[in-house]
Amino acid sequence: MSDLRALYQEIILEHNKNPRNYRKLPEANRMLEGYNPLCGDHYTLYLKIVDDTIVDISFEGAGCAISKASASVMTTLLKGKTKSEAEKIFETFHLLVTGELKDISFETLGKLGAFAGVSEFPARVKCASLAWHTMRSALESKTTAVSTE
Amino acid sequence: MITSGAAILQNDEALRAWTARVRKEFPILNEHVHNRRLVYLDNAATTQKPESVLSSMEAYYRHLNSNIHRGVHFLSERATEAYEGVREKVRSFINASTTKEILFVRGTTEAINLVADSFGRAFVKAGDEVLISGMEHHSNIVPWQLLCERTGASLKVAPIDDRGDIIVEEFERLLNGRTRIVGLTHVSNALGTVNPVKHLIGLAHRRGIPVLIDGAQAAPHLRIDVIDLDCDFYALSAHKMYGPTGIGVLYGKQKLLESMPPYQGGGDMIRSVTFEKTVFNDLPYKFEAGTPSIAEGIGFGAAIDFLAALDWEAVRVYENNLLVQATDALSGIPGLRIIGTAKEKAGVVSFVMDDVHPHDIGTILDQEGIAVRTGHHCAQPVMLRYGIPATVRASFALYNMKEEIEALVRGIYKVKEVFH
Repeated sequence: MSDLRALYQEIILEHNKNPRNYRKLPEANRMLEGYNPLCGDHYTLYLKIVDDTIVDISFEGAGCAISKASASVMTTLLKGKTKSEAEKIFETFHLLVTGELKDISFETLGKLGAFAGVSEFPARVKCASLAWHTMRSALESKTTAVSTE
Repeated sequence: MITSGAAILQNDEALRAWTARVRKEFPILNEHVHNRRLVYLDNAATTQKPESVLSSMEAYYRHLNSNIHRGVHFLSERATEAYEGVREKVRSFINASTTKEILFVRGTTEAINLVADSFGRAFVKAGDEVLISGMEHHSNIVPWQLLCERTGASLKVAPIDDRGDIIVEEFERLLNGRTRIVGLTHVSNALGTVNPVKHLIGLAHRRGIPVLIDGAQAAPHLRIDVIDLDCDFYALSAHKMYGPTGIGVLYGKQKLLESMPPYQGGGDMIRSVTFEKTVFNDLPYKFEAGTPSIAEGIGFGAAIDFLAALDWEAVRVYENNLLVQATDALSGIPGLRIIGTAKEKAGVVSFVMDDVHPHDIGTILDQEGIAVRTGHHCAQPVMLRYGIPATVRASFALYNMKEEIEALVRGIYKVKEVFH
């Protein structure tokens, strides 16, 4: 059970139940789909970018608790951030869920720290990363849907 | 006199002894996963292998390894004899008339691709139709789609009802003068439905239309008799019937196979080759280009020996008991819904839960040592039909036991605990 609790932290369960910024964004100027063909997770990410800043961000779709909570937490962290700040947060998140992050300090990680347990579940890294990869492609103005396969 | 092996199963003690004897044959069942005894309920994906299969393959490589159908030396002759002996075992196991009708392939997927390609080239043209059902695995959809793209034929789909049964009237209505071939699964991998294939084959034959049966999920649970079914093609995979991966069978009626062009070209499938003209080999070799999976073939032979020695009436009753027990226990869990409640089912219980995604259920069960499949089971159109992205699928083999279904139910309650 302790391993499971490490994966399914309260923050994750709570964001799964009540995802933040879970809506369409009519004023979005970037929109991209991300899906995991193996398990059927499927999200659409909306971004409103002005100059270099993510002014607003939202998402919609369906998937497992890990993927949905990750998308939800991501939107709360990226709102108001510049593209390069978003890229930095992405890198930290990526290192965290793949178990590559040295010196994990939960104080600096904040809500991201909830995903530290994912690295112990290799099959779920793709779930946690789906929205993040989609966000990154959207920032690069890519238009083809992101697939984890 | 008690003739029925199933009678043994009425007696608890005899039942326990029977199960213990079966389980002893499968060494992997002693493995531990996350410090729990493995509960393997992913048998529709692949079954575990008995000791006899494992040792036959090792013995082949240790004592017999050589290429077949070509050498005059001792090892090659012995290996050829062993490999061809398996063809005869398969023939007898599915009751085909001759080994000419038994083609070795990589598995069910390759078997269906072979038919779509070769039968397609001989008999399917623009304007024709191929009929399948709404519960097919991707491997009995995509090869036909490729054929249709190539030829300009169109793919028709006989719908299924809410329980997961094929709607026979709709199936019959879709059979017409343009239908060139029908592809149907015997048992659905996602829903567990056992299709009334004999009846459906009869309906197609009345209009002169040949039928391919995808038997991947049926072969481990039902006795297959291709003469009784009167199917034109029957495809199966060894690894779903306690044998190794990488080998399977396409049964085809001799007349049809003779009228079809080769699938792949290469060694073994030829009689003579010059740069001007190649004369193809006879059946079944015409369809078997290149060195086959010899060790896997020999392992498959051991798997068939294992299956053929079983009391099939007992197996049928035993497996059905597991299915009924699992269905009853799971239906009793609040918020759990079983997907696929067909009149006749084999080996599979698919389900979804309110507010918890199958993928999360799979991870939590795995922590309990329970292996299930989660996802769309390579049957995305079936998921679409039920308006769900995925299911959890528990699938059974003859070595599963009551206690393992109890473990599954406890695991589901653990899921509820985590997701309170």
